[in-house]
Amino acid sequence: MANRPDVFDEMHGSGEACRSPYSGYADWFQRQGAQSLRKKSRDAEVFFRRTGITFNVYGQQEAEERLIPFDIVPRIISGREWSRLTRGIEQRVRAINAFLHDMYHRQEILRSGRIPVDVIAANAAFLPQMIGVEPPGGIYTHIVGIDIVRTGEDEFFVLEDNARTPSGVSYMLENRETMLRMFPELFSRVAVREVSNYPKLLRRSLAACAPPGCSGSPVVAVLTPGIHNSAYFEHAFLADQMGVELVEGQDLQLVDGRIAMRTTRGYTPIDVLYRRVDDDFLDPMSFNPDSQLGVPGLMDVYRAGGITVANAPGTGIADDKAIYSYMPDIIQFYTGESAILKNVPTWRCAEPDALAYVLEHLDELVVKEVHGSGGYGMLVGPAASKREISAFADKLKSRPGNYIAQPTLALSTVPVLTKAGLAPRHVDLRPFVLVSPGKIEITPGGLTRVAMKAGSLVVNSSQGGGTKDTWVLEE
Amino acid sequence: MRVKVRHSTEYTYDQAVSRGLQKIRLTPKNSGGQTVVSWDTGVEGGTKELSYTDQHNNLVELLSIAPGTRTVTIVCEGEVDTSDTAGIIGQHGGYAPLWYFRRSTPQTRAGPRVRQLVRDLGKDFDDDPSRLHALSALILDSVSYSTGTTDFATTAEQAIEAGQGVCQDHAHILIAAARLMGYPARYVSGYLMMDDRVDQDAGHAWAEVHVDGLGWVGFDVSNGVSPDPRYVRVATGLDYGEAAPISGIVYGGRNESMVVQLQVQQ
Repeated sequence: MANRPDVFDEMHGSGEACRSPYSGYADWFQRQGAQSLRKKSRDAEVFFRRTGITFNVYGQQEAEERLIPFDIVPRIISGREWSRLTRGIEQRVRAINAFLHDMYHRQEILRSGRIPVDVIAANAAFLPQMIGVEPPGGIYTHIVGIDIVRTGEDEFFVLEDNARTPSGVSYMLENRETMLRMFPELFSRVAVREVSNYPKLLRRSLAACAPPGCSGSPVVAVLTPGIHNSAYFEHAFLADQMGVELVEGQDLQLVDGRIAMRTTRGYTPIDVLYRRVDDDFLDPMSFNPDSQLGVPGLMDVYRAGGITVANAPGTGIADDKAIYSYMPDIIQFYTGESAILKNVPTWRCAEPDALAYVLEHLDELVVKEVHGSGGYGMLVGPAASKREISAFADKLKSRPGNYIAQPTLALSTVPVLTKAGLAPRHVDLRPFVLVSPGKIEITPGGLTRVAMKAGSLVVNSSQGGGTKDTWVLEE
Repeated sequence: MRVKVRHSTEYTYDQAVSRGLQKIRLTPKNSGGQTVVSWDTGVEGGTKELSYTDQHNNLVELLSIAPGTRTVTIVCEGEVDTSDTAGIIGQHGGYAPLWYFRRSTPQTRAGPRVRQLVRDLGKDFDDDPSRLHALSALILDSVSYSTGTTDFATTAEQAIEAGQGVCQDHAHILIAAARLMGYPARYVSGYLMMDDRVDQDAGHAWAEVHVDGLGWVGFDVSNGVSPDPRYVRVATGLDYGEAAPISGIVYGGRNESMVVQLQVQQ
């Protein structure tokens, strides 16, 4: 297989030799016949179809349900690499929680001048209804997904922090399940750390965040917007795996000062609501009055201390792309340490000098909407046509504050199995982090997303990206 | 001065309610110039589910209305000691940052009419209070006090266009203009004891503007004064919606009618 010399391949490094984390796998791989591997690859697809993992793609009405491509070559991370990553992730998550508490209380970081007041004051992600609220256990982000990319042996960058409702963990679990089924012998040859206990840890972590008034075993439920939501499968899957109820807004109502769900035995009050409904739709009495997805009075019960909402409302102010560029300062401010994991250099187009630079270099940069997600509305300069670049420049000039820009990083590659054998494809990584009082747990691995097209840097599943099983080796 | 208040709000529905929730902000604050001596809020036809203090330091109580209800009555009764502070509430407190009070809301958005008003006001003033008093007078000149033209959902721009409005509209216009001029500003709902009568038609509303050095200062556009001991501050917010005495969602319950009885006296 041919690797570009300027791109770090996680299996082969920058040369031809196999890097040590992959040696066990490579030995095994060489003994497999091409035909049998291709058959396994097809079997994996059948297995996925049967278990029902589908993903709704916005803007493709004719294909409402589509399988995310799965590649059978795992992405492998050594124990040493992982321990360094986890130190960086932990530090970041601690800082994010401290930042959120500060945002909704004294706002020391604004008083110190490290972040300009306007960045927060003009930001719709700042939720006034959270001012002065003490979330149970002091936790704002119970579940975090930190998107990390790699560019070299020791070069890791955080691409974004997902502190609202990160999704994708069901793919992490199903990918492993599929690999265990397809290649059981591999897992006896290579010592891979377990991820399958994630639902158990999630439930325990959520239960540990129950409101102080909760006595006995906390009642946990998953709130979904319903079957038309693109991540509905994941909501149902997690509820099932945790052994808790999956509920919609219409199943819930205010009963005796609590939010309770309708069951066959009447109404049962909920202690911890793992909500996969956006802030704006949570409660028509406090937010969008037209929302049918939420529960009237939920925010009032929350503010009165009668329920834990995970993640807390208003956490979006921490993962907003306008805030991202301040993360190194945020980490320094709240932990007193320099950031272990680097940020990608970011130009804030709201700043005139930055805007001028970005407009000059659009063909080399990635430009993102400050409030966008999922790879929508972004420009990948090196892959864009002249016409696309000029159209984007007009949008950028009319609303510069709406955009940030970053260099196009040479994302690392991991081989995928193609008809012609192994071929390198760019990847990123989303590890999943659980936060409860005094505890931060990071599942070893996470979701590796892979751009299935040769040379493409866009890994988003909504843009045709696939996934891989992610292995963290025992040390 | 000891101000005694009895405030009853009765909702009647032709057709029974199938379910409802009401958020009430009816408890006066202990704040600059006033001390709550006693206060009680009673409810008939509804149940108090919970209470908490919101980002404006308002006490919010949530009421549920049971299926089949036709009448809900909320009665507040209490006494508040007030003193004369020349309308000055004092330094800003609490976690809500001052910049938050510069945020515009749909009802307090400064459109062309508010901008024109601020241009008409000019800039030639000795200090902030005289500038704001002049603004208050200009608003009353442009929008005369009159009931029946506007309702609870009217915006500042709409009220200026109508040329008529009530205390809520006056407050919204002053807030919109003050924010446009760079001041943090907020809405106050409360009570005013009129000297010539005990029975009042409705609760009152006015605005507060944050002035460097003085802190929050009240302006009652409708009466052309800053609040004095006859005023009782109940709830504050960015606009009427955040300070509304009663707001909620009622399902079923067609043809709602509301009767308010309010006595404010010494």
